[in-house]
This record gives sequence, C-alpha cells and structure tokens, in this order.
Amino acid sequence: MNATTRPLLQVQDLNTRFHTLDGVVNAVDGVDFEVYSGETLGLVGESGCGKSVTALSILQLLRCPPGEIQGKILFEGRNLLELDREGIRKIRGNDISMIFQEPMTSLNPVLRVGEQIAEAARLHKDMNRQESWHWAREMLRMVQIPGPGSRSRQYPHKFSGGMRQRAMIAMALSCNPRLILADEPTTALDVTIQAQIMNLMQRLKEEFKTAIVLITHDLGVIAEMASRVVVMYAGKVVEEAPVKALFKDPRHPYTQGLLGSIPVIGRKEQTGRRLQEITGIVPSPAQMPQGCRFHPRCTQVADRCRRQEPPMIRLARHRRVNCWLERE
Amino acid sequence: MTDSIDGPLRRKWAKLKRNKAALLGGILIIIYVTSALFAPVLFTGNPSAPDLMNSLESPSVDHPLGTDELGRSILGRIIYGSRISLLIAVGVVSVGMTIGIPLGLVSGYYRGKVDFIIQRATDTMLAFPGFLLALALVAVLGVGLKNTVISIGISMVPLYIRLVRGCVLSVREEVYVEAARAVGTRDVIILIRHILPNVMVPITVQTSLSMGTAILFAAGLGFLGIGIQPPTPEWGSMLGSARSYLFHAPHVATFPGIAIFLAVLSFNLLGDGLRDALDPRFKI
Repeated sequence: MNATTRPLLQVQDLNTRFHTLDGVVNAVDGVDFEVYSGETLGLVGESGCGKSVTALSILQLLRCPPGEIQGKILFEGRNLLELDREGIRKIRGNDISMIFQEPMTSLNPVLRVGEQIAEAARLHKDMNRQESWHWAREMLRMVQIPGPGSRSRQYPHKFSGGMRQRAMIAMALSCNPRLILADEPTTALDVTIQAQIMNLMQRLKEEFKTAIVLITHDLGVIAEMASRVVVMYAGKVVEEAPVKALFKDPRHPYTQGLLGSIPVIGRKEQTGRRLQEITGIVPSPAQMPQGCRFHPRCTQVADRCRRQEPPMIRLARHRRVNCWLERE
Repeated sequence: MTDSIDGPLRRKWAKLKRNKAALLGGILIIIYVTSALFAPVLFTGNPSAPDLMNSLESPSVDHPLGTDELGRSILGRIIYGSRISLLIAVGVVSVGMTIGIPLGLVSGYYRGKVDFIIQRATDTMLAFPGFLLALALVAVLGVGLKNTVISIGISMVPLYIRLVRGCVLSVREEVYVEAARAVGTRDVIILIRHILPNVMVPITVQTSLSMGTAILFAAGLGFLGIGIQPPTPEWGSMLGSARSYLFHAPHVATFPGIAIFLAVLSFNLLGDGLRDALDPRFKI
C-alpha cells in the first residue's frame, strides 16, 4: 500500500444518533477509519456494537427510526453527507454498493432474479432491456451460478441460500462499484458455502479492483480476507491494526478477549487455558457506562477507566488503541 | 405474473378449486358475467319497453319470472340489470384502487407528515358509514351512472388506503426493499416494482369483496331512487318500484332481490376463497 495514496473512503468522526422513546441513542459515536482502493478492511465487533449502522450511515440507508448522521464521510474526497437525495442515489450501487446479511430475504420474491440484476445495471448504465438482461446473465456466470441463462429467468424461491447470496453479489457488482460494504455476507450460510462465497468475493475483488469493507463478528473470516482490521465496541473504535499484527499482538483487552474466545482444538493441553469468554453483555446504547465503555467487562480494569474515557493512542500508521493501558 | 417453470399460481388455483364455497361464488360470477355479455342473445325483447296489457303477471312460459307493473319481463330486466351492476362494480373498484392504492403506498412508504395528513383524511372518511358517505356524495354530484360509480368509488377509497398502507408498512422493512435502495433504485420504482406486487394479494381479496359491496350500495341507491334512473333496468330501482305491489305481486320484488343477494354472495365467497388460497398469512 502506497503511503501517499489518498484513501478511497474516509470516515471522520461519524456520529449516528437515533431519537427513541428512551432518549437519544448514540449507536455510532465518533467512529473514524479509512479504506484504500482495492483493499479489504475488516470491521469487527459484537452484535449491537454499531458496525451495521456504520455501513448504513455511509450509504444513508437508515430510515426508521430516523437516524441523525453527523461527521464526514469522504468518498474520493467528496463528502457524501452533503449530497442531496438524488446525489446519494447516484452513488448507491454505482460507486458504493452493499451486500446484506440475509440472502434468503434480500431478493424480491415476485421478480425474476435476472430482472433484479438487470434493473440494478439499468439504473446507472446506459442500457436497454435486452442489453441489461444479457449483462445480468454475464454477472450470474461471473458469480459461478451454473446455467445462468435459465437461472436468470427463475424466481428467487428456486435459489438456495448460497445461490441467492451469489445473486446478491452479482447485483452489487453489476455497476462495477469502487467499494462494497459487505454486512455479514456469510453469517447466514453453511460453513462450506461460506468458504465458497469468501473465495468468490476475494476473486472478484481482484478482478474488479473493488475495495471491500467486510463487516463481521467472525474472526476466522477476517483472518482469511482482510488486510486491516478495525475493532468496534459499543459504537466506538477500540483498536485498529493490520490483520497479522492484530492476531499476533492484540492490544486492547476487548480484542484480546475476542481472540481468546475462538476455540482452538488442543489448546487446553498446550497452554493449560480453557476457552475464555468475555463476561457480561454489551451495554445498552441508552445507558453507556461512565469512563471507558468496556470497563465493566474488562479484566484489566483500573480506577481511571471508570472515571475517564481513554484517549485514542496511535502506535503506528494504521495501528491505534483506545485504552489507558497503552499510556503506561 | 405466471411462472411457467413450476407454477405457484397453478397450486393456488388448485387450492381455490378445492374450496367449494369459492367455487360456487366463481360459478355464479361467471353466470352473471355471461348474462351481462350476452344479454341481447338471452333476452331478445326490449327490457325497458312497457306492455301494460300484461302488467304484474305471475311467472309463465312467456315471462319465466313474471312481469312488473309496466308489463316488462322481470327476467329480461334482471339479465340487462346485471350489465349495470357489474359495470358499477368494476367502475367502483377502479375508482377506489386508482385513488386508494397510490395514497396508501405513499402513506406507508414515506411515513411522517404525508402519512399523518393522509391518515387523518382517511379517519374522517371512515367516521361515516360507507353507504352514508356514498349517499352524501350522490346528493352533491347528482344521480346517474357516472355519479353513482364515483360516489361509491370514493366511499371505497379509505378502505384501500388503510389496507395498502398496512401492507406497505411491513413490506418496506423487507431486506429486498433495502437492497433495492442500496443499489440506487428510485423511490417511484421501488414503490411500483418492488412493493406493489408484494401487496397485490390483499388488494385482490379486497377488490373481490368490494365489488360485492359496490353492487349492494348501487342497489341501495337505486332503491332509494337516487341511483340509476328508470327505465334503465337496475336491480335496486326494480326493487324500489316493486315495493308498492309487495302484497298482491310479491314476485316482482323477490326476483331482483335474489339477483342482488346472489351477486353479493358470490363476490364475498370468491373473496374469502381467494384470501385462503393466495396467502394464509394475509388475514384481513
């Protein structure tokens, strides 16, 4: 990665708030990260830590309850948050597209699969119906769906989960976007299909030179796919590191906990340690703990953590930790 | 939309056919539609021409259902009346759908202020019983076929708005709608191509039920003398003018009454059958 290249996507101090009956909820609180052209950035965290909301904020797909987005989201230098409805619509699908978690429900049951891909292509490319259908079949072939000709004329209920996710990928790639936000793309799939989808995404990423923001809670997937990882907890970035460094030397107690909770066969014999868990649950966004948000669950908690929010400490380029421990 | 490969529609059709009541409703509707289409073939005379020599005759070979006070064949008038009634039914649901569906879609999809305004207007309209609303509209617009259709049609609008809005509220949260938004689909296209087809099932059911109601409302207006005007054969006005002879020629009122009853019943049976066959999740 060239140190002087401008990032493709720069998220700066992103705040996403929801106004709920329980008060204002900060689902995403001061998140910042960059994505460079052609790389895969992993966005990791537990359920409810704000990873999906971050992705939805980038494309401004949040709707109900009406979320309030603040900060800067620079895509190729342009602030997406300053665009009007039509402006952001032109970005969606064309420059940035999204793959969702639930392949079973993300295709419209009453439209033929080919039509849905063709429609996505027609939105941003100057194509007529016939050309777009031809393109849809090509895209289905690209995502390795056998018999794309007949498959494109079928309805989604004839597709298996893995095939639907392939079709979704085809739809997301149909306008050759620069960036794909993949929100847990394999979570709902069988493990064997997961691997296939991951390989497919990896291959297409190289072919299309697309950058991917891979949102997941599965560190195995991260190890396989990502080059850099941003770890989120309770709406904040707690650690960022290149993938190898993160697995070798996790700095934040939360990251350590996450890595410790991956089962390794034979670990107990080797190290005498059992599988670890992070005790407690993610705090409700409406009632964030004082000081460091992780302190009630942290194994290395100190007095200071309860009182004061830790600063973001930059250790190197693309290596930062949000923890008091780094101060010492 | 037909799927030639595995035909989910065919399965639904089979389910509908197994439903005896719905089948009966369907057959009755076919009979009504046939008599409306082939009225001149089925009844060769003029249903509106008086024949005072034969007034208030009982059913006979010449006049299978008897004659009315002006000697016109009741069978002929019922056959020709089915044209009017079906025309009104189709017209009414067209008016109801044309106004109600777009408003319901917009209301449910955008929520917020638009939704609030549309829903309060709907509340206001629903505060009146449907027939009363139609009656008031006729009073404003005047009598005649067109005004009858418009009046009853408008009284159906709030039902469509409510129904469509309710369905849109659930469909808009589907991931495929989100996915369509994520690739940059325009709102209009999302509404028409992604949401509307997914709310067609309850609309179809409602339409069948509404057609029955529309026939009943039109007959009611005709009975009161403010619907379709004589001498046009219309079931409601036939019933209205027959009520003076109820005691010495009861058949004059009975047969148009049966015609109305069976027509409304058939649409309701079909509507219920459609609801059960198309999707058990959509219970209205």
